[in-house]
Amino acid sequence: MSEEHLKITYKTIKERFGLHDSDIMKYPPTLMVEPEKIVEVSQVLRDEFGFNFLFELTAVDYWPEEEPRFHVIYGFYSHANNVRIALRVPLNSDQPSLHTLEGLYKGANWHERELWDMFGIKFEGHSDLRRILMPHDWEGHPLRKDYPLGYEEPQYTFNYDEIDKRKHHGRYEEA
Amino acid sequence: MAEPLEVSYQELKHLVSDRALNGETVLLNMGPQHPSTHGVLRLLLELDGEVIVNCVPDIGFLHTGIEKNMESKRWELAEVMTDRTDYLNNTGNNLAYCLAIERLAELDVPPRAQAVRVILVELERISNHLVWLGTHALDLAAMSLFLYCFRERESILDIKEMCSGQRMMTTYFRPGGLWRDIPAEFEIAVRRFLRMFPGRIKQYEALLTKNPIWMDRTRNIGKISAEAAINMSLTGPVLRGSGVAYDVRKAQPYSGYEQYDFIIPTGTHGDVYDRYLVRMEEMRQSLRIVQQALDKLPYGPFRSNNRKYVPPPRAELGTSMEAVIHHFKLWTEGFTVPRGAVYQPVESPKGELGYYLESNGGNQPYRIHMRTPSFVHLQALPILCKGHLVADLVGIIGSVDIVLGDCDR
Repeated sequence: MSEEHLKITYKTIKERFGLHDSDIMKYPPTLMVEPEKIVEVSQVLRDEFGFNFLFELTAVDYWPEEEPRFHVIYGFYSHANNVRIALRVPLNSDQPSLHTLEGLYKGANWHERELWDMFGIKFEGHSDLRRILMPHDWEGHPLRKDYPLGYEEPQYTFNYDEIDKRKHHGRYEEA
Repeated sequence: MAEPLEVSYQELKHLVSDRALNGETVLLNMGPQHPSTHGVLRLLLELDGEVIVNCVPDIGFLHTGIEKNMESKRWELAEVMTDRTDYLNNTGNNLAYCLAIERLAELDVPPRAQAVRVILVELERISNHLVWLGTHALDLAAMSLFLYCFRERESILDIKEMCSGQRMMTTYFRPGGLWRDIPAEFEIAVRRFLRMFPGRIKQYEALLTKNPIWMDRTRNIGKISAEAAINMSLTGPVLRGSGVAYDVRKAQPYSGYEQYDFIIPTGTHGDVYDRYLVRMEEMRQSLRIVQQALDKLPYGPFRSNNRKYVPPPRAELGTSMEAVIHHFKLWTEGFTVPRGAVYQPVESPKGELGYYLESNGGNQPYRIHMRTPSFVHLQALPILCKGHLVADLVGIIGSVDIVLGDCDR
């Protein structure tokens, strides 16, 4: 019963919006969606097919690949039919933006803030797009692949001052 | 970053109502070092007298970059970090991570390992609920219960230590099975716990369930309807307290949960009291599952025989060249997981815990995202506490059951 519902949903959505399968996702069944269509597709999923629950919203960075640079993954669950479906949205540029899903699923709010914080993906129409996990004055978006992991340089006697100058507290002392 | 960036007034104005700008309501900072915020959670409260008009949670004080760190570790080493996210549900985090890898790599897990996993995860659920119950009651001024709960939790930690050598950060589950087989005393210890614990739940309930002070403090507090809870992506006891019987263990069984007979307790009002009742019943159901799993604990191997992922037994190293090669490969470069992505949900004590894993075919994860229940539940806090007193806020935070390590990762 529920598997059938999933098959029908998958097929209908795919044909109506002209989408194609994702070759990377093993579970749940996933469709690739263009960024402009995401709100429309989620609206149909929620209202017509009963996918009333957003269980996952995350992103992957494919740097140094440019097209696509990011994939945003939306996961939907239907409480009535007990099935999961996911959408992947490829985003191209360095400063990508996407329309928010907050209007459909309130639970998307913090997930989208996290994506802005960690990947620098802007969500247009979001009610409160601030950093959530990192401090508000943080520079850069840490989960991007071109963001360094940030090892601390070991200080020895011969390079102690040189490295000390590059540190935060060193700069404050200068000022 | 030499100059600390100031936050402008305009930037944060939308978080509070207009009355706060006129000075009619008071803005009060709660946390991040408040004992009742269960960790380092900061809440900005807008108060009209003692009534909460608005609440703005501020998280990230415990952000340790676990997801970023895991991307630079090998698959088996990254597992150690999963323990540290939700530090009251270590084996549950391991389970989600291992199941995700097993799904991605199509790795088999022998029945014995699955049953042991279920036993330990259910014991962990009880242990998590005990910490929750103790601290929740302590927040609402029932001091003695805290000590009783921690006494019982100790015997669960002893069982974990018996299996893995660690009380909390076990990393006992490995992709393909377990780290080692359970010791002989395991069954005796678990059976002793099973005999002892039902009486203890009765004691807790005798202290709280019909206690008029407890009922006054928890009934009709922090209500949320089923529709609102689903729209806010809430799961676990918070959702079940609102009357939605959603449990991943029943909905999409993993690790052989379909063999066990248990019910999903649900509430009706969706208030703090119902969430309390749901969790108390969940402890009983967990006991039932442990009992069933232990009664038919199968014999056999405790981990998969797939040598590409699982190390060969120590005894084989002396006689088999192949085993030595596999051992060497696993310890020097680790195993590789085929290219692909997967989302694996499990039912953690707090709600749906999901691991999104993506592999590019290498020996390190390309991307890991944890859909952690604490993070998702915390954003519902403003809805839950609007219109209640500050004293009730403490009870509401307790009833949502958050762990900030889980929330901030």
